[in-house]
Amino acid sequence: MKTNYRNMIKPLILLSGMAFLYACDGSDSVLSSPPPPPPPPPPPPAMASFDVTVTNLTNAQPLSPVAVIAHQTGYAFFAVGAPATAGLEQMAEGGDNAALIAEADADAMVTVTGSGAAPIGPAGSETVTVDMLESALPGLQISVATMLVNTNDAFTGLNSMPVETMAVGDVISVRGIAYDAGTEADSEQAAAIPGPAGGGEGFNAARDDQADQVTMHAGVVSSDDGFATSDLTEQHRFDNPIVQVRIERTD
Amino acid sequence: MKALINAALVTMSLLVGTVATAAEFNVRITNLTNGIWFTPFLVAAHPDGTSLFTTGQPASANLQAMAEGGDISGLVTDLQGLGATIEENPAAGLLPPAMSANVDLNTDGTSNVLLSVVAMLLPTNDAFAGLNSITIPTAPGTYTYDVPAYDAGTEANDELIVGMAGGAPGVAGIPADPGGLGGSGGSGAAAADANGNVHIHRNTLGDTDGVAGTSDLDSRVHRWLNPVVRVVVTVQ
Repeated sequence: MKTNYRNMIKPLILLSGMAFLYACDGSDSVLSSPPPPPPPPPPPPAMASFDVTVTNLTNAQPLSPVAVIAHQTGYAFFAVGAPATAGLEQMAEGGDNAALIAEADADAMVTVTGSGAAPIGPAGSETVTVDMLESALPGLQISVATMLVNTNDAFTGLNSMPVETMAVGDVISVRGIAYDAGTEADSEQAAAIPGPAGGGEGFNAARDDQADQVTMHAGVVSSDDGFATSDLTEQHRFDNPIVQVRIERTD
Repeated sequence: MKALINAALVTMSLLVGTVATAAEFNVRITNLTNGIWFTPFLVAAHPDGTSLFTTGQPASANLQAMAEGGDISGLVTDLQGLGATIEENPAAGLLPPAMSANVDLNTDGTSNVLLSVVAMLLPTNDAFAGLNSITIPTAPGTYTYDVPAYDAGTEANDELIVGMAGGAPGVAGIPADPGGLGGSGGSGAAAADANGNVHIHRNTLGDTDGVAGTSDLDSRVHRWLNPVVRVVVTVQ
C-alpha cells in the first residue's frame, strides 16, 4: 500500500521554516516584549478521497481481490499489444494482486494504491477507498484490476480513468471488459485454473499463450460447447461487460 | 418547400464545414482481438447524410466485396463520388492481433464531417469491423470509439477455409487464415444467415478438430467478444 507521506511532510517543513523566520524578526527588542505567541498549528492538508466500488456482473466468474491504483499519466498497468508485467501475470493467472500493487507502489507516477479484502462473487461488490492530498488531483487517473478466477489468465478492470475534474459528490460509473493477459495458454483445464471450478495452479512463470501480449479475451469455450478437454462448463462462459465500476469522490 | 429546406440544410452544413477549425486529426486503429486479423482498413471522412452501411439494411455490392474478400476498391470509388477524404491501408497490409495503425486526415475545405472505418475480419466468411459515420469532433482532445464486429449478411458462415477464391463476392468459403491456426476438412458450420441484412455478428462457432468436424476454425482461437477494434481520434 502506498501512502503519500512524502508529499504531506514537505508542507510541514516549509511551514516550520516560515515560523522560524518570523520568530527571529525584530529580535533587538526581545527583552521588553512579551513572549511571542506560539506559531499557529499548520492547517490540516486538504484531502481527496474516492470510493471505488466494483460489482461482478458475471454468471459464474468470481473476481480476485481488486487492486485500485490512483496515478498520473505515464503509468498504466497494461496496454493492448504489450507483454504483461510480471505483476499483472501473477494477478491474471493466480488472482494475487500483491506483486501488481508492489510494481505500482514503486512507480513514481503512482499516488496511492489499495486492495480489496476478499474475492467478489457473481453479483457481489466491494468498495475500496483511496485517500490522497488534494494537491495530487491534477492529472489524476484511477485504474482497477482483478482476475476472472475460473479462467487461465483473464482479467478485467479499468484502465486509467481520468478523475481530476470530479467534485466532492460526483460519481462516474463505467463498465469493464475482459482481457487476456497473453501469458498462459487457454487450456481451460482445472490444473491451471485457480478458481473454484479448477482449484489448480495459479501463477506459473512460463509464458505459453498464442503470443506474449495483452489482447481482449475471446471468452471461454467450455466442454458443453465441444472443447472436450475443458473442465469449464457452459456456466463459466461470459460476455462483455464483466464489471461495473462506480467511482465516487467523497472528500 | 421541401427543396428549400434541403437547400437551407446544405447551406448550413457548408457553413459549419467552413467554420470548423480542427480539420486535421489523427486516427489510430487497434486490433483488440486475440486471434483475428484485419484486411487493409478503409478510413474515410465523408459528408453528412452519407454512410457505407446501415444495420438492418442489405449490404451494398461494394460493402459485400469488402466483407467477403477485403476488397475496398469499390467503396473507395463510392466515396470518391461523394468528395470524401480517403485513406487506404494505413497498416500497409494485414493488421495482426493487438497491433495498431495510424493515419492523419485533413478535411480542410471539404464538407466531410463524418468518419467511417471498415475492414474485414480474417478468418471469417463475411464479418467486418465498422465505425459507422461518427461525427468528427472538432474540439482538441482524444476521443475513443469501441467498434463491434458486423455480419454483412451476404454469405453463409460455413467457416471453411477455401483459399483466395473464397474472397470473391458470392463465392462460399473463407479466403485466408493469416494466423495459420485454422484447420481443414470441416463439413460446414452454418447455412445462410437468418438475417440477410447487416447485423451484429453472432461470433464464429469453430471446433477443436483440426482435420474434420463442422468448422475449419478453432473455437479456442478464432472467437471474439466485442469490441474488436478501438479507434482513437486525436484532434490537436
